[in-house]
Amino acid sequence: MIRYLIKKLITLLILLGLVSITVFAVLFVLPGDPAQIILGINATPESLATLRAELGLDKSFMGQYAHWMGNLLLGQSQQSIHYKMPVYELIRDSLAVTGPLALLAMLFALAISLPFGIYAARHQNQAGDVVVMVCTQLGLATPEFWFGILLTLLFSVQLGWFSAGGFPGWSTDCWGSLKALLLPAFALGVIRASILTRLTRSSMLEVLSEDYVRTARAKGLKERTVVYGHALRNALAPVLTIMGLQLGQLLAGAIIIENVFFLPGLGRLVFNAIGQRDLPVVRDIVLFMAAAVVVVNFLVDIAYAVIDPRIQLE
Amino acid sequence: MKRFFRNKNFTVGFILSLIVIIAAVISLIWTPFDANRMNAKLRLQGPSWQHPLGTDQYGRDTLSRVMVGAVNSIIVGLMTVAIGLSVGVLLGLASAYYGKWVDETIMRFSDFLFGFPAVLTAILITSILGPSMINAMLAISIFYIPVFARLTRAVAMLIWEREFIVAARAAGISEWKIAWRHVLPNILSTLLIQGTIQFAVAILAEAGLSYLGLGTQPPHASWGRMLNEAQTYMSLSPWMAIFPGLAIAWAVLGFNLLGDGLRDTLDPKMVRIR
Repeated sequence: MIRYLIKKLITLLILLGLVSITVFAVLFVLPGDPAQIILGINATPESLATLRAELGLDKSFMGQYAHWMGNLLLGQSQQSIHYKMPVYELIRDSLAVTGPLALLAMLFALAISLPFGIYAARHQNQAGDVVVMVCTQLGLATPEFWFGILLTLLFSVQLGWFSAGGFPGWSTDCWGSLKALLLPAFALGVIRASILTRLTRSSMLEVLSEDYVRTARAKGLKERTVVYGHALRNALAPVLTIMGLQLGQLLAGAIIIENVFFLPGLGRLVFNAIGQRDLPVVRDIVLFMAAAVVVVNFLVDIAYAVIDPRIQLE
Repeated sequence: MKRFFRNKNFTVGFILSLIVIIAAVISLIWTPFDANRMNAKLRLQGPSWQHPLGTDQYGRDTLSRVMVGAVNSIIVGLMTVAIGLSVGVLLGLASAYYGKWVDETIMRFSDFLFGFPAVLTAILITSILGPSMINAMLAISIFYIPVFARLTRAVAMLIWEREFIVAARAAGISEWKIAWRHVLPNILSTLLIQGTIQFAVAILAEAGLSYLGLGTQPPHASWGRMLNEAQTYMSLSPWMAIFPGLAIAWAVLGFNLLGDGLRDTLDPKMVRIR
């Protein structure tokens, strides 16, 4: 296990290095001079040159990369051009929205997909199974932002149960903040549940046809014990893997839904920062998001190896 | 053909997609109204005989705009799959044939691309190149290259070992000719299935980018953009938010089912790659 862990850890570090270089290179070519944006169009060439030197923009590509990485590794975050505050503080604040949003979305996804997936597998090719499968097809075809808009239309505009968007902040109004996350999390969760329900169903069907399940049934165990006691645990491994990957993608990919519900999360922050050409913010958040995906994938690999030790040997 | 229509997924998907394609083709020569003509007197109308899907905030006919939006979505679907397919297949064939470091480099590169958050990268690319439909297509197709490269590699590797390839080689036919004449035709059905599914994904992705204002630019109609505009007028005219989204879901469902049906009929053993 330790050898496997070290091997995976080295791959993770190499990947993180590659990701950081790519992020830096991509943003290096982003049009717009940060110094010009900070000082405005009336800035003199001398003041522009001074600020560029201050920000390290006059250095070569590798020089600027080393400067950025050095600061990050030392825990010194750059200032945001637009918000005039350290980028890590911005990330921390918006993560307080995106983090709970992603977790809530996965909770919804799990609460929908497990019962429906197991039900569909146990009633394969019967009416209930067909209905579940049709619903998942519809879920796969529905854009999550449209689903979010429909939820707002029903629950905010028509029924007035929720606000149509915005986020009061955890310290100001804890219950209001949780309420503000419910609709967007449900929109994200339902769409992801479509994939997970199909996966749970197919994984469950595969496990239910295995010899040990037949043995358990032949022993005279109750069907409930066979399904929940014996089959479910093994059927869950691939479902949990995909859930992990989805969680990683959600941390980075809730951009559109955060825009629909005007949530001040990571996605909206980076989206606005791109528009404002706030390079330090864009760079650090993109790196953070890409790293989140890579690290979550790494954790999923490790978790999978713990659940199924055969993987370590491959 | 009968074989295909015996499959329910294929039949339903075929009908749904055909309706989208017909609507798009008709819109090239005729729409009920000029899709971009504004009329202040007819702002934010609900469905009526004259405007079956209502009108938007400028009094433009929603049905005409949904029809024109279909052309947009089909172009994006076709172009992104075409770019992803052509580059991906070349890389996949090279990977399967050369093996060793070529294979390793191409596959690690595709792992690397898969690891990146797709939405974020697409937003970055469109921001760098400037928001437009063409740049949105480029941003989407970049993620299609590894999908087709991996698929081509996996299937081509199996075919490369078969006797008829060995025979072709013994007959002195050059390797690239073998790839073009013998390997490619044998993996065509697999590529067709995946292409249909990616087509649907592209419609969803373009709608998302256009919703954020990074895809098709106004005044051109695009389903994602229409939803963005609809959100502002949601309390005054909820219809505006319903029909464009319905059009997206309709088209995506159609092409998804078509892909599933093709897979069930042509290649029941294939594992769906998403």
